[in-house]
Order: sequence, then C-alpha cells, then structure tokens
Amino acid sequence: MKSTGKRYRSPILLIALLVLLVGLPAYVSSSSYTVILVTNILMYVVMALSWAIFSGPTGYISLAPAAFFGVGVYASAILSESLPLPLVILIGGLASFVLAYLVGSATLRLRGMYFTMFTFGLVELVRNLVHWWEVNITGTVGRLVVSEEPITVFYGMVVIFFAVLLGSYLITRSRFGLALRSIGESEEAAAHTGVNVNRVKAVTFGVSAFFMGLTGATMCMRWSYIDPTTAFSIQYSFMPVLMAIFGGMGHLYAPVLGATIFSLLEELLTTKFPYYYMLIFGLTMLIVIVFMPYGLEGVIEKWRKRGKGGPEDVAYDAEKR
Amino acid sequence: MIVRFLDIAIGGLLTGGIYALIAVGFGLQYGVARVLNIAHGEFIMLGAFCAWTFFTKAGITPLVSMVICAPFFFAVGFVIYRILYKPLRTSSESAAVFEGNSMLASFGLLFVVQNIALLIWGAPVKGYTYLAFPINVLGAVFSANRIVTLIASVILGSAFYVFLMGTRTGKAIRAAAQDADAAELMGVRINRVLALCFGFGTMMAALGGLLLSMTSIMLSPVMGMQYTLIAIIVVVLGGLGNIKGSFIGGFILGLVGYVVSSVQPGLSMVAYYVIFLFLLLVRPTGLLGK
Amino acid sequence: MNILEVEGLNKHFGGLAATSAVDFHVEAGEIVGLIGPNGAGKTTVFNLVSGAILPDSGVVRFKGTSIAGLKPHQIARMGIARTFQSVKIFSKMSVSENVLLGHLFGRAKGSVISDPARGETEEILDFVGLAGLKEARAMDLILANQKRLEVARALATHPDLLLLDELMAGLTPTEVAKAMELVKSIRERGVTIVMIEHVMKAIMSICDRIIVLHHGEKIAEGTPQEVVQNRTVIEVYLGE
Repeated sequence: MKSTGKRYRSPILLIALLVLLVGLPAYVSSSSYTVILVTNILMYVVMALSWAIFSGPTGYISLAPAAFFGVGVYASAILSESLPLPLVILIGGLASFVLAYLVGSATLRLRGMYFTMFTFGLVELVRNLVHWWEVNITGTVGRLVVSEEPITVFYGMVVIFFAVLLGSYLITRSRFGLALRSIGESEEAAAHTGVNVNRVKAVTFGVSAFFMGLTGATMCMRWSYIDPTTAFSIQYSFMPVLMAIFGGMGHLYAPVLGATIFSLLEELLTTKFPYYYMLIFGLTMLIVIVFMPYGLEGVIEKWRKRGKGGPEDVAYDAEKR
Repeated sequence: MIVRFLDIAIGGLLTGGIYALIAVGFGLQYGVARVLNIAHGEFIMLGAFCAWTFFTKAGITPLVSMVICAPFFFAVGFVIYRILYKPLRTSSESAAVFEGNSMLASFGLLFVVQNIALLIWGAPVKGYTYLAFPINVLGAVFSANRIVTLIASVILGSAFYVFLMGTRTGKAIRAAAQDADAAELMGVRINRVLALCFGFGTMMAALGGLLLSMTSIMLSPVMGMQYTLIAIIVVVLGGLGNIKGSFIGGFILGLVGYVVSSVQPGLSMVAYYVIFLFLLLVRPTGLLGK
Repeated sequence: MNILEVEGLNKHFGGLAATSAVDFHVEAGEIVGLIGPNGAGKTTVFNLVSGAILPDSGVVRFKGTSIAGLKPHQIARMGIARTFQSVKIFSKMSVSENVLLGHLFGRAKGSVISDPARGETEEILDFVGLAGLKEARAMDLILANQKRLEVARALATHPDLLLLDELMAGLTPTEVAKAMELVKSIRERGVTIVMIEHVMKAIMSICDRIIVLHHGEKIAEGTPQEVVQNRTVIEVYLGE
C-alpha cells in the first residue's frame, strides 16, 4: 500500500479530536445545548460515513439507511428496559446487519438500479410491517421509551463515531478493502481473480448497516416516544446520502465534512425557516448532483493537486458513482 | 362462489387500472429516458391534491379537472426534464453514471415536491367524496367512482397505446426506447422525445393521482412513496421497457392487492414487496421482458 | 493428461447459437490457439470455461473434474485464470495492488498483505517486464503495459491453465514480438495456455495446435501447418 502519512493527514489530529470530544462536558454543562448539538452532528456523521463505507467503493446506491436506523431504534425501544444499555445498542446494530446481509445477498447479484429500487422500498416495507405488528399484535401504534441523560447519549455517539472511523480504516487497509475496491472497478475481473464478489458486497452492506443500527439504538434514548413514522422517516435516508454526495467519498474526511456542514445548516435553518429547510435541502441535492458531482472533496482535491501530478492517494473510488 | 370470485376479479381490476396507468408513466421515464424517477409518486400526490383543491374550493369535478391537469402536468414534466435531466445526460460520462446521477436527482426532487406540498396543503390528512353511489356489476356491488377510474384508466391507456403505435412521435419514442443514440443518428430529435416521454410520465402520474383521489382515499403529502414503489414493482413485473407488460402487471398487482386487503388490511404493501423480492430472485426480466 | 476437456458445449443467446456442440481438449503444457472470424464464438467459449456464463448443455472438465456451473471465483481458485479482450485492469489501483489482489484471492489464497506476498508480487512484475512501474496507477500505463499487468494479475493466482483473449490486439509489431516471448516463457513456468488471436504470425509460430471456430462450430483442428492447408478454413477466411 502507499505511504501511510498522507492517508491520515495527522493521527495527531484524530487524537486531538478524541480528547476534545471526550472532554467536552468539562467546558460546557452536561445537559447543555452544545452537547445535544454535537450528538446530533455525530449522528449524521456516523450515518454518512456508514453509507460511504458501502456505496463509496462499490458504486451501488443504497436508499435504505432509514430502514437500518429504524431497526436500531426499535431494538432499543423494545429491549432497553430489560437489558443493559451497551448490549441493547449492540443488538440494534446486529439486527440491522442481519437484515442488510440478507437483502444484500438477494439483490446485489443484480444490476445496481434493481438494488437501489429494492432499498428504496425496504424502508416502506419495514415501516409497514412494524405498523401492522403494532396495530394487530401489540395493540397500540408507537411506544414510550426510556430516555437517558443527553450526556450518556453523547458518549455513546462518540464511541460509535470512533468505531466507524476505526472500521473504515481497517477495511481500507485490509485485503477485504482491496477486494472491495476491485469490485468497484470491475466486478467481472475481480470475480475471475478469485474474489467472491457477492459475499464481499453483502458483508460490506451489512457492516454499513451495522453502524446505522448502532446509531438508531443510541439516538432512541434521546426520545421519550417513538412510532413507525418517526423511527423510519425517509429523512434518515435522505440526509446521509445528501451529506456523502455533497462531501465526497474518496477520503475519510469527506463525508465527515459534508455531514458536519449539513447538520450545522439544519440546526441553523430549523430555527429561521422551520418549514422551508427540507425544501432547501432538496434543492441543494439537485444543485450538487448537477454542478458538483464529485462533491466538495472533488473541488478540494482539484485545488490541492493544481500543478502536481502523480498517483491519487484515495481510500475509496471518488470518481465512480 | 362465482359471485365471490367475480367480486375479487372486478375489485382487483378496479385497483389495477390505476396501478397500470401510473406504471406506464413510470415505465416511460425509466424505459426510454432512462431516469429512475423515484419522485414519480409525488406527482401522483400532486394530482390528487389538485383534484381535492379544485373540488372543495371551486366545485370543479374531478373529470373536468383532468382536462385542466393533463396539459399542466405534461408541461411540468417536460420542463423538469429539460432543466434537470438533460444537463445530467450531457455531463455524465456513461449510461451507468447517468442512471445513478438521475436517480439521485430524482431523490432530491422527491423532497422538493413533497415539501412544497407540505407548505401548500399542510400535513393533516384530507379527502373528499365524489360519485360515491353504489353500482351493481354482475352481482357484486362497487362504488361508482371506482368504476369510473377503471374506465378512465383503460381509455387513457388505450389512447396512449394508439398514440405510440400510430403517430410519428410515437414511433420516435419506440425507437428511442430501443436505442436512444441510434435513434438520434437516424434523425430523431432525441432531447425533445425524451422530454416528451418525461412529460407523458408526469401527466399520467397526475391523472392517476386524480382518479385515485376520487375514491375517497386519505390524501397526505407523504402518500407518494408507496405509489412510486407500486409503479416500480409493476414495471419490473411486466418487464422493463415493455408498455403492454406494465399494463398487465398493473392489473395483476391490483388483483393481489385487493385480495390481500380483504383478508388482512395493512399488509398489501408487504405482499407487493414479497412479489418484488420473488421476481428479483427468480425472474428479474419480468413476465414479458426478454 | 488432458488439463481441459470440452464436450458438446452449447450456448444460445436469444435465437442465435453462439456455440454449437463444440468439442476439444487441451493437454497439459500445450499452447493451443483458438481462431476464427469475428463472431465465431471464441470469447463465448472462454466465458463458458471461466464460469462467466452458464452453458445450455455440454460438459467442461478441468483436470478431470466437471466445472460447468461453478462461479468464476471458484473456477479461478481451482487454477484457471484469464485475460479479457477489453483489458479489465483495476484502473485506479496501483500496478502492485492489481497483482497483489491475484495473490491474495487466487489459488494461494494469502490471508494477509504481508512481505512474502509483496515479494511474490515483485517477482511476477519482474517476470512480465513491469518492474519499474510498481507504484504507477494502472490507468496511466500504455496499452502494452496494461496487457502485461492483466497477465501478471492472472499469473499471481497460480493458475495451471491461462486463457488469453486477444493479447496481441492493438500492439505494435515490436510489442507483438515481446508478447510472443512472454507467452512462451509462461509455458516454461508450467502453465498451459489457450489463446484467442487474430494476429496470425503469433498463432503460427507459438501454438502447438490450433482450433478453428466458425458460426459457433468447430470446423478444423490440428497443427498450424495442417490448419493452414485446410480447405474449409481457407474458404471461411477468404470468404469473409
């Protein structure tokens, strides 16, 4: 592999970030607005990074994040009274992994568009199922959940954030990551070189969903009531995709950047234009797709490489989508 | 026993008629213009809300609204294609890249349209009733408005089929469906044809929504997505790029939906999805596809 | 010993017979040429052997074991490697990464990106003549080198049988000569080769045997001298 120095511009930066995040409650009150805001930002960052783990290298566009997030939410809602918190969150992640692996095994053998169509429907499907279950079996739609202190949720998200970063990094460095990138370039050549293409795709899709499930399970603790419509809101599919597309998916920083910018933007707009901000985001997606298909990262990388030549130091395949 | 069977058959047809209509529109956009328009359902929703607005605010009946809405939504679709998808088609390096980008653009469009609707009409559910008196068809009783929707769907579908087969523009569309670049080389003004297809697709979606609204369903700005899914499943069921297939697939799915709804309401989407999964696993080319 | 046996191989696409009852065998250590006019079904045969597509009927045996119906990655791990007519390298990965992939997922199935793995990668790159371009990005190479890279990647999977699809296409005469040398030295390493080619000079000089296909059927088989004098073959080629 190429020199490690550039791929993580500074491990120092990361450690600094870790210290900052862990120590945050030292400078602000532990239930303050800042903690809640950062928790929200971390949620979107993790969702965007998770989405990019799969859709970045393979080029398959998944519209299912909301399904996996919602599964995590419901796992947490159902289990949080009977099991310890970390276990509940883990189960949320695992349930999403299993769902994604099954869906992926079935549909990733097909052309990309069939997969996308199926993932689009998956959100509606799971929501319908949960709704039906609640109407016919549980008796009431929606349920009350045990909420936790904002600071607990905050630390939960910090851990998950670093887990995703670590996961991304390990995948990239491993032979699994090499296989993943080769699939993104030419599935046929990868298969003929001995890569079990369908399995690699399904596992990666599962890993991506795992982190989304963890996130859903954790964020559920910020709420006191959930129902299928809020848990499986299409927003949880749209925002990560928008953020990853806007930010870019080549280097690790790109989705993080996109997610941070948009979470802050959302925070800003909900107060000033509460009814218009989703509309603005929809328009942003259109503008980004038409004018900035490689995202902010594309712009940044072009600026960085001006005048320089040489091989690109890329974790994912930024130019293939 | 026969009455029961007929009851199901006709009920399924009534549901299926609209499914067929919206599927044909979706199929045009995906089969010809190669745009996976996941915002399709949003135009169905808009058509429904237009009908509601015209009826409850101005007393204009849905059938008259159709005449107003058809050209309007055709124009909307045409313009959207020109300003959104045509630049993408030019800038995308390959067909695969265009497919991905146009799908993402449609995703953005979904949010734009849905939120515009939310702003105009608000979140609370609405509905109206029109032609709700019962009619006896071969022993089974159905609401008149549902029969009207079936008749309208069949008329619209047939008219479009005649248009496709009989006119020069129709031939151009069929050529573009086979191979857009080849058609362009043979003199077809491809951008205009693709925009036309998109316009027809949007128009049919809106008309479908309009007809749907007549049957007293609950209208809400978030109702679109399930219809997009139905359109997708029908098109895959009938075979991508196959107009006749979309029509037949629509009726089949409508039948399934009606049966499942009578037995276990709330699970019809799940049933559709199971069919979808089955199709993808066993025969992704659909019933009539190659 | 026959390393590859194909019997009654049939494949239709729509109404068209891509291959019709094709029979042939390849002995270990041979270099066999597969020729025929465009559309004769040559690449289809490769696709059927490598597992890229499934035959309608027929038998494919590799080292005595039936492989029809297996997936490409399974066949690759059994010891059949191939190159493609339109060079399918991993463009945005480096030259060494391309070859490393073959080493990690091919028959040797290395489990870790380790130093021995890198060592072997270097040896193969040396062998095909790409030693100085280890870190170059695959898409930046000239065509001749991209083809070498594809061969290197295939060799890294430790195949017993190598299928080369139009290796010489698009190469200058000098490059063709070098490629011919490469093919011969691959055989010396113990790999059996079947090659689809249109460059007659190459076929004639390095192949032990030639199989001729036309419209999906085998119309001739034999040594280069025999095939060149075969009346049917002459008609087919002059008639095209």
